[in-house]
Amino acid sequence: MEVKEFEVWWKIPFKHSAGLHATKFFEGLKDGKILGVRCERCGRVLVPPRAFCERCHAETSEWVEVSDEGVIETLTVTYMKFTGLPDPPYAVGVVKLDGADTGMLCFLGGIDLSDWRKVHETFKPGTRVKAVWREKREGKITDIEYFRPVQ
Amino acid sequence: MRVAVVGFGQTAFRTKRKDKTHPELAFEAINAALEHAGLEFKDIEAVAYGSMDPFDGIYCPERWDATACGLEKPIMKISTGGTTGMTTALAAYEHVASGLFDLTMAVCVQRVGECVDAQPVLNTAVDPIYERYSGLGAIHVASFQATAYMAKYNATEEDLAWVSVKDHKNALKNPYAHIKMDVSVDDVLNSRVVCSPLKLLECCPRSDGAAAVIFASEEIAKKIRDNPAWVVAETTISDSYYLGDRLSFAEWDSLAIAGRRLFRDAGIERPEKDIDVAELYSPFTIQEILELEALGFAEKGEGKEFAREGVTFMDGDIPTNPSGGVLCTNPIGATGLVRFGEAAMQVMGEAKNQVDGAEVALSHAWGGTLQFHTLAVLSSKKKLG
Repeated sequence: MEVKEFEVWWKIPFKHSAGLHATKFFEGLKDGKILGVRCERCGRVLVPPRAFCERCHAETSEWVEVSDEGVIETLTVTYMKFTGLPDPPYAVGVVKLDGADTGMLCFLGGIDLSDWRKVHETFKPGTRVKAVWREKREGKITDIEYFRPVQ
Repeated sequence: MRVAVVGFGQTAFRTKRKDKTHPELAFEAINAALEHAGLEFKDIEAVAYGSMDPFDGIYCPERWDATACGLEKPIMKISTGGTTGMTTALAAYEHVASGLFDLTMAVCVQRVGECVDAQPVLNTAVDPIYERYSGLGAIHVASFQATAYMAKYNATEEDLAWVSVKDHKNALKNPYAHIKMDVSVDDVLNSRVVCSPLKLLECCPRSDGAAAVIFASEEIAKKIRDNPAWVVAETTISDSYYLGDRLSFAEWDSLAIAGRRLFRDAGIERPEKDIDVAELYSPFTIQEILELEALGFAEKGEGKEFAREGVTFMDGDIPTNPSGGVLCTNPIGATGLVRFGEAAMQVMGEAKNQVDGAEVALSHAWGGTLQFHTLAVLSSKKKLG
């Protein structure tokens, strides 16, 4: 006897509030600026910004503009298609921007992604990278299209 | 109040368990645990239930599964990402340790096989404001660890592959394990790259199944069995929410902190000598290496040699994941409870792939894109040191 199965789909719209801090960050992207906040207690500059430092349990109210250049911490290139996620191959990395104390998640690009070993060589941890901005910016995280190696 | 594990039950884990519904899997695991403890269902005073919504496409599966856990028993649901299973164990343990109950049960159920693909579900756990657009899931963050570790400590793809060889070899001895195949280093290296540098045979499967663990207070435990597994110490910890807030992907600092806390409470001074067997939560090869280092079994940068040199194999100094581990079986919300139950079975001397004379076992789970850790030491002895 074949066991019956019933297919179910979840497709439910949500609206997530970005809050005031993230909204200011997204407005900054529209102007081509990457903004962070400094923790009053430990002095770390947090990018992307949030209203409190989770390490110190303290508010963050001082705004700091950081560079759109920085250093690769780590990366991975995805070659498998996962339902609902970007089409492969795509490279994702963590970049610590000059002036920030934390890393930011981002796409890496500007090079051929077909051979992962070459990608890891080009973007190996410690490599300097620079943001490539979209021409038409909308105040979204994707206004930064990807980071490319600094030539 | 000293507390012991007196029963462990698990279902066979498979890609799909089409033969049973959600609570029917719970029922199977609960009955296996009761049989192992020689108890009846009415003996259980309270239940901690765990599942990781929404892998099964069911929000609040505790509604459905409460039918198997007992309609009138006190019940609470626990969910902390990949640590769910172990956190559920600790909830049931703490209810006895507090003196409120004498006999409790932890029950976890998960059907990852009912979801078309686990990664988009994992992606919904990633920050919706700043990070989710990147398509990030569990495998991506593990790959971040692998990239950083390999660059910093000159680890090779082969070093990582040996972890997979060892886990698959162990799973062959475990009738409950999901993936059963003998794999060679070449098989691992030649499997397709999923997220660089990790390959398919370095990644866990998606499994259906359930597990249950029964806890008893000291006097009751001694009456139930002559080989209870005593909970010597336990702890949990949370790391940062944003991945980029911890800039070292080559070390697992939060686990190191939790480990030191655990060993201090357990009276363990030299984990590499004092612990006989470890069930670590390593759904990806690199993670076992990082965990061995964070927990002090290996020096930083030296964990990469452990599988290759046989240290973590059954006949090595630190047998790791005799069950075949998460790499071979991953019913996500139940996985941590399986680690805990398998560690208990080792010190009871009743594991399917038994480490000879094991007296002290370590159980670990991580969850929430590297954010949470849950740890416990179980022993055939009530107190160490």
